[in-house]
Amino acid sequence: MPDVQSTVLEFVNKLRKRKIEGSQATARYTVELLRSVISQQRVPHANQASALIDAVKAVGEQLVAANPVELAVGNVVRRVLHIIREENLSLTTAAMAGLDLMDASDDDELDNSKGIGYPAMSAAVVAAARSTLRPPSLQTLLEGTPESATVPYTSSSGADSESKSKSADKSSITRKLKHDVIEEVNQLIQEIAGCHEQIAEQAIEHIHQNEVILTLGSSRTVLEFLCAAKEKKRSFRVFVAEGAPRYQGHLLAKELVARGLPTTVITDSAVFAMISRVNMVIIGAHAVMANGGVIGPVGVNMAALAAQKHAVPFVVLAGSHKLCPLYPHNPEVLLNELRSPSELLDFGEFSDCLDFGVGSGSPLLQVVNPTFDYYYLDYRGGHNPSYMYRLIADYYSADDLVM
Amino acid sequence: MGAQKKGEMGAQKKGDVGALKKGDVGAQKKGGARVSDESEEQSRQRLQAILLADSFTTKFRPVTLERPKVLLPLVNVPMIDYTLAWLESAGIEEVFVFCCAHSTQVIDYLKNSEWYSHPSLLVRTIESHKSISAGDALRFIYEQEAETSQIQGDFVLVSGDTVSNMPLADLIQEHRERKKKDEKAIMTMVIKQSKPSPLTHQSRLGTDQLFIAVDPLTKQLLYYEEDKIDHARGTICLDKSLLDSNPSVLLYNDMQDCYIDICSPEVLSLFEDNFDYQHLRRHFVKGVLVDDIMGYKIFTHEIHSSYAARIDNFRSYDTVSKDIIQRWTYPYVPDINFSGNRPLKLGRQGMYRASDAILSRSADVGSSTVIGYGTEIGSGDKILNSVIGNGCSIGSNVVIEGSYIWNNVTIEDGCEIRNAIVCDDVKIRAGAVLQPGVVLSFKVDVGRDFIVPAYSKVSLLQQPTKEDSDEELEYADSSSGTADHLSGLNLQMESKASELGPDGAGYIWEVCEGARDEEWKHSVAPIPEDKLAEITQAMDDDDIEDESVVPTSGELKSDADSINTDLNDPVDDYGYFEREVEGTFLRAVEEGFAVDLAILEINSLRLSYNMESADCAGATFYSMMKLAVDTPHNSAGELLRNAASIMTKYKGLLGFYVKQIDEQIEVIMKLEEMCQETARELGPLFSQILRVLYNIDVLEEDAILRWAEEKAGADEADKVYLQQCEPFIQWLKEAEEEDETEDEEEEEDG
Repeated sequence: MPDVQSTVLEFVNKLRKRKIEGSQATARYTVELLRSVISQQRVPHANQASALIDAVKAVGEQLVAANPVELAVGNVVRRVLHIIREENLSLTTAAMAGLDLMDASDDDELDNSKGIGYPAMSAAVVAAARSTLRPPSLQTLLEGTPESATVPYTSSSGADSESKSKSADKSSITRKLKHDVIEEVNQLIQEIAGCHEQIAEQAIEHIHQNEVILTLGSSRTVLEFLCAAKEKKRSFRVFVAEGAPRYQGHLLAKELVARGLPTTVITDSAVFAMISRVNMVIIGAHAVMANGGVIGPVGVNMAALAAQKHAVPFVVLAGSHKLCPLYPHNPEVLLNELRSPSELLDFGEFSDCLDFGVGSGSPLLQVVNPTFDYYYLDYRGGHNPSYMYRLIADYYSADDLVM
Repeated sequence: MGAQKKGEMGAQKKGDVGALKKGDVGAQKKGGARVSDESEEQSRQRLQAILLADSFTTKFRPVTLERPKVLLPLVNVPMIDYTLAWLESAGIEEVFVFCCAHSTQVIDYLKNSEWYSHPSLLVRTIESHKSISAGDALRFIYEQEAETSQIQGDFVLVSGDTVSNMPLADLIQEHRERKKKDEKAIMTMVIKQSKPSPLTHQSRLGTDQLFIAVDPLTKQLLYYEEDKIDHARGTICLDKSLLDSNPSVLLYNDMQDCYIDICSPEVLSLFEDNFDYQHLRRHFVKGVLVDDIMGYKIFTHEIHSSYAARIDNFRSYDTVSKDIIQRWTYPYVPDINFSGNRPLKLGRQGMYRASDAILSRSADVGSSTVIGYGTEIGSGDKILNSVIGNGCSIGSNVVIEGSYIWNNVTIEDGCEIRNAIVCDDVKIRAGAVLQPGVVLSFKVDVGRDFIVPAYSKVSLLQQPTKEDSDEELEYADSSSGTADHLSGLNLQMESKASELGPDGAGYIWEVCEGARDEEWKHSVAPIPEDKLAEITQAMDDDDIEDESVVPTSGELKSDADSINTDLNDPVDDYGYFEREVEGTFLRAVEEGFAVDLAILEINSLRLSYNMESADCAGATFYSMMKLAVDTPHNSAGELLRNAASIMTKYKGLLGFYVKQIDEQIEVIMKLEEMCQETARELGPLFSQILRVLYNIDVLEEDAILRWAEEKAGADEADKVYLQQCEPFIQWLKEAEEEDETEDEEEEEDG
């Protein structure tokens, strides 16, 4: 445990000092950290799931507080919590099914009152647990589980019934829950690690021959996406807006040129002038919010407005860890971070007039309102902004939205 | 003979062998050392820093009487946290915090903070009560070092009031590599461009303008001066040898010293050797720059995009606070949790607010403000450019502008606070006014409707009567401090007869006489209008004066050598020299001693006045003519005869100095000058004297011809003597031609 604690502290420190940049890296570190938290957590016999949830939540809160701007941390923590809940649920249902059988066979061994109540209750409990723990999502609807109109049980009833059921074979379930959760978390790690490739696979469906693509700032997802299209023998041109004042567009342009893509760097202010020649805008996002809003590098709103004006398709590439279940107007959500003005100004040049009110800031991010249409691409394919709430319902459980 | 030689040879051989053996042993030792070096090298990768948690000054008095400077809140976070957070994120692994004044407070703070249990930064404290200066502190560390040897290599030397976000790893690497190449490169100093105010010659941080000279190629520091600059005249003096030994020198006046040094272990031992080094810059840096014997070198490193500044006085406290609010110090800004501080929320226009601060709806909170946790702000308040700490309660209709209110301060209705620093637990009662530049120390109580005059410093403790006339020393209070405080407090409570109104408590400190004029320089308040006007006025006057005396103000005078500082005007110098030579010559004539002795004396004069031999020739000739003129005579003919006899008698003396053409020309010029100015009687005799000089072989014909050539282009007035000796020159020219033709003829004959 102590070594987990120290790694948590170390990570919190890095987040605080803004030493880790980039959502993907942060998300990966976070999920790996959470995995080790889960594997090191000693699980009590009763309520193992809630013990795990508490442990993950405690660490998660620290991490989120360390850098509230990096939404990927919170997203990943919520994903892990969701995984734990899901696994717990599926184990419980399985146990229930087992219990039913047991009840049928060893009926007389049990207490009278219990024996009578149990078979009737168990089905209802399973259904209730399903409905409470998993909000009605597209997947569940398609699976076609028969929903019985039951009294809405809270999720604690599921835990209750589970604590009863664990008497059947507790040790195996305990181990199984943890094992299953870690398995799932491993999958999540793979998903995050491979998000670039998975998204890039779809490149050829979106980029066509002789097209002109505009992008802004630097994003590895976009880089991989464009290169994947290039490798598949698509020939197209790329305009890169430089993304002042950090000029990450320059970095992206260099990489693109190195990989043999015809690339043109333009200033941010030239975006509107160039947009009429562009067939598609592709950007990477910092986060995608629950209402479909996109948080991206500074200047992205301008590009979006220009694209809208000229009806140019606007595609946002983002791994699923960037999908945030929060709303951008939530006062608890820090949407932006102002960096040092030294990125804009030379301190020495202005040092003699700073006291007289030369103020400047260098915001890192910008929110694009969800009122315009774009196409969100993640590893499962493309989605419309209005569809975002469905995705969120699939990825996160409602209990975790507020941590 | 042979045997002797053999013996010598043998001895030599033996010596060689011995030397070889020694060499071997040395090599072996080196080899052995290298092994340990390598292991050391690994441990040396451990980056270490020494943090002086004491400023060794009294500039923050009276506040620092009760709390050490490094624990004073800077935008609601103790200063030392900024320094430690920066060191930690710059990759420093071990910090030695040197505590002196209020050492227990510092150590307690560190123990209770997260720094003691930090995973990647090891914080150790060193405690000393005897140290009264940075020099003492480093000597103390050196002595401890001898026992424990914890400091293994280069270290970063900073003070606990430094705010920075610069990366250090590369700089340390640079220092190490330089050290490897050059053993003498013992220190690297960080500087940053920051223009001083053109009016006050004061940097933004309230320190004096700094002049440094740097070698543009190697970045070696050659000159460092911040005190002795004559702003009135706009000049600085540089040692001439500086220009001699360096082909190019870059001189800066817009650099700010960040007081961040990368030091090699030699620095500590240098402090040990020079027990009079107290101040890091004034003594140590200057000492190293002046000292040629050891030959140690200091280098500079200029930072551009990152921030670094040290809080030296109240003005720099104000400036650095503003820089933090304007986010130059990112990521060490109030909305980021960098050291266990609770992050504030950043709103529009640089307004930082704690989530639980209560603001009245009618309160007008302007830009660049910080409002801490649990603070209540009443209705109708106006707050601008200010920092308000945690747990303060501010009544209604209060005006706070450009001020720093620390924690748990109570301000009642209708107060006005401008450009003041208000420490913890102060009470300001209704209607009181703090004028610009006021500093209220801990727990002071300002009475109803009382007006605290500008620049006053108020404390519950009485001003120490014994003024340390010497350097700023602050330490004595450290051990006996708490007891004193309590008794002082009690006294105050009992007497209550306060200087701050009937219901107030606290003493207004007297400003010592000398500092009164300087007070505005270091205060939190901006420089008042009238002072600025005064300075501008003075500047204008200066400019006018300067124009009459020196062509351009701010001109760099490369001065004569520093030895005869009292006689450093070269014209005057020559006058003195001439008189001395004349005296010597007269004595020679009167006492009739030999020419050799006279030459010896004049030579020694020449050395002591640092003159050229042409100057000697001029001066000697001047003395001779003067003697001739002074000798009683009736006619011009007699004067000429006198002169001729003197010249003939002492032609050896004169001849000694006129071996070069230039020197001979100097003699002619001197003669011309005398004829025009001092001895007009000689005027008509000019050509005759010239002829005499030619005849006695003092002057060669080349010199006379060259002089004539030079003069040919001069004004008509200057040509008088040239025309006078026209025939003589003509004759000379002819003679030369004849010579040449004769030579040619001879050659033809040959």
